[in-house]
Amino acid sequence: MNSQALGALREALIATAVAFGLFVLMVGLRTDVSTTGALFLRTRWPEVAGLCALVFVGRLILSLWNLREAKPPSLALGKLGSKAAIVFAPALLGAALVLPMIPGIGRYELDLGILVLTYVMLGWGLNIVVGLAGLLDLGYVAFYAVGAYSYALLAQYFGLSFWVCLPLAGILAAFWGILLGFPVLRLRGDYLAIVTLAFGEIIRIVLLNWVELTGGPNGIGGIPRPSFFGLPFNMSGDPNSFAGFFGIEPDPVHRVIFLYYLILALALLTNWVSVRIRRQPIGRAWEALREDEIACRALGINVTTTKLTAFALGAMFGGFAGAFFATRQGFISPESFTFIESAIILAIVVLGGLGSQIGVAVAALVMIGGFELFRDLEEWRMLVFGAAMVVIMVVRPRGLVGSRTPTVALGTRRAIGAEHVGEGRG
Amino acid sequence: MSASILSVEGLTMRFGGLLAVDAVSFAAQRGAITALIGPNGAGKTTVFNCITGFYRPSGGSLRLTRADGSTAQLETLKDHRITRAGVARTFQNIRLFQGMTVLENLLVAQHLVLNAATGFGIGALLGLGGYRRAEAAAIARASDWLRAIGLLERADDPAGALPYGAQRRLEIARAMCTGPQLLCLDEPAAGLNPRESDELSELLLAIRDGRSAAPTPTSVILIEHDMGIVMRISDHVVVLDHGRKIAEGQPDQVRNDHHVIAAYLGEEEEA
Repeated sequence: MNSQALGALREALIATAVAFGLFVLMVGLRTDVSTTGALFLRTRWPEVAGLCALVFVGRLILSLWNLREAKPPSLALGKLGSKAAIVFAPALLGAALVLPMIPGIGRYELDLGILVLTYVMLGWGLNIVVGLAGLLDLGYVAFYAVGAYSYALLAQYFGLSFWVCLPLAGILAAFWGILLGFPVLRLRGDYLAIVTLAFGEIIRIVLLNWVELTGGPNGIGGIPRPSFFGLPFNMSGDPNSFAGFFGIEPDPVHRVIFLYYLILALALLTNWVSVRIRRQPIGRAWEALREDEIACRALGINVTTTKLTAFALGAMFGGFAGAFFATRQGFISPESFTFIESAIILAIVVLGGLGSQIGVAVAALVMIGGFELFRDLEEWRMLVFGAAMVVIMVVRPRGLVGSRTPTVALGTRRAIGAEHVGEGRG
Repeated sequence: MSASILSVEGLTMRFGGLLAVDAVSFAAQRGAITALIGPNGAGKTTVFNCITGFYRPSGGSLRLTRADGSTAQLETLKDHRITRAGVARTFQNIRLFQGMTVLENLLVAQHLVLNAATGFGIGALLGLGGYRRAEAAAIARASDWLRAIGLLERADDPAGALPYGAQRRLEIARAMCTGPQLLCLDEPAAGLNPRESDELSELLLAIRDGRSAAPTPTSVILIEHDMGIVMRISDHVVVLDHGRKIAEGQPDQVRNDHHVIAAYLGEEEEA
């Protein structure tokens, strides 16, 4: 015991040394502008000492804690995960449904809700490709962009309404998904990731440079806002507008509430389709593909079409979300579709747990919502954000919900522990 | 036992300069267990991979004759088409879907039948009756196989959690769930203890004679190093060495063939 405690102490000292190396320049020295306008170096040694002490104590506690804990912590949490899915998911859904009616929920909260739900939907869409089929896609934002630009361009050039463009945007994105799928069918793992990453960038750069069609970096403005199935939202109060038709006081928040329910419906559609399709032959084939591609081929499964359907379906939901994004913003430019978006969506899926619907929803809520909540922390929020991700990945290496629920059972359905479930190699 | 189910003629497989299989010809009889044996590196698995479409042969022909008399040239088909033609296989190192349950493994094997019943996915998405019936039938078939291999009570456990011997049996059941005419097994007894080997022999004989969960007799080709099993259950033995066929015949014939003894023991042929 004593030697173990000494080992913990040694580990803590090493961690402190590493922390000192990191913080001595990053925190200890700071260039500031003096009153005369000249740069001068300000030292902040007390802060460095404080951080090092924090690391020392933290690491020591963590080491001692690990000594006491013999069994892996993930087991208890795994049970918690499946139980949480039963109670927690309907609660979350109920909260999402009544959110706009809760008193005190204003425009800002609704906008945040819309943002979170957009990422929930994107996460669920990418979950089909990454979580179920096990194909690592780093360029998912490309389909989001295709959807957004499809709607913007179709509305601009042909004057089509949102409700006509929504399915078209989905179909076009699915088409691009298949187009991307073909060349990458033979690629696996890292190679697949690189090509999809490049694809995402190609789409963005084409949008940026094809100035005649897309307006290039200036983007497309004046995208028509959605109507309530034909009734526009405006302040005129005439009987052909939403407020006038229903005889209520015109209020700009109506449109926000409508947008909120629209994205909620779209996200739930994504969820419904993914949940249903998982229990179908094609969904099982996706999961089988993630587990072992060679065995799939030996069972007569056409790997080509199976992969392409996963790409197409995932892309289609990305396209829906893109069309929604365009109509919500009223303005889009290639700047909204950078690689960081793909990374955030992928991070949501990985943090939530590959293949888990509820995990992805919670991860999107925590990541996007949390990011907004900590806005007051300014530049420190990136640190909080990074630390939170590290903590989740240390405690739950397979995401919040790493276990897998079987699609069919003879007796009772029992969750399958993460140690058995494959992650896919592309 | 009359007609051959698979006739291999002049099968050649070349990897660059390496001649892995050199003009091998043999026939597997319908309703029989044909064993493919030989020392390590003799080209057995290569022949297997050619039969099951994982390799495209450099030369030669592989003709499958189905029970209804129709034929398929396996060397022209892609791997997933070969399963549709009626050939199923297992792997030397078990390839189960570890994170899926035992039952799900057997349902994935019935993908072709089930997928055809979904009506392009729309029927199943909406939960229509046709697909439900097809799925119920698939689950019934899977249950029959689980009973046959003694894994019915483990149906809802992940395949990766099964003991090794059970995983071997499950992989065979999964291959059989594709409804094959010809079952190809790559070292099914590797790593099994003597009792499990006996159970495996019984299972293979039952599959051959149509006493298992499959309604009709299924022909079997197997690669095996365990000579006890080979001699006990196979009806016909083909011996490969350095990519060439050096002998074939009844198990007893092959056992006493001096070419075979020389290949296994490394003696001079004259000795």
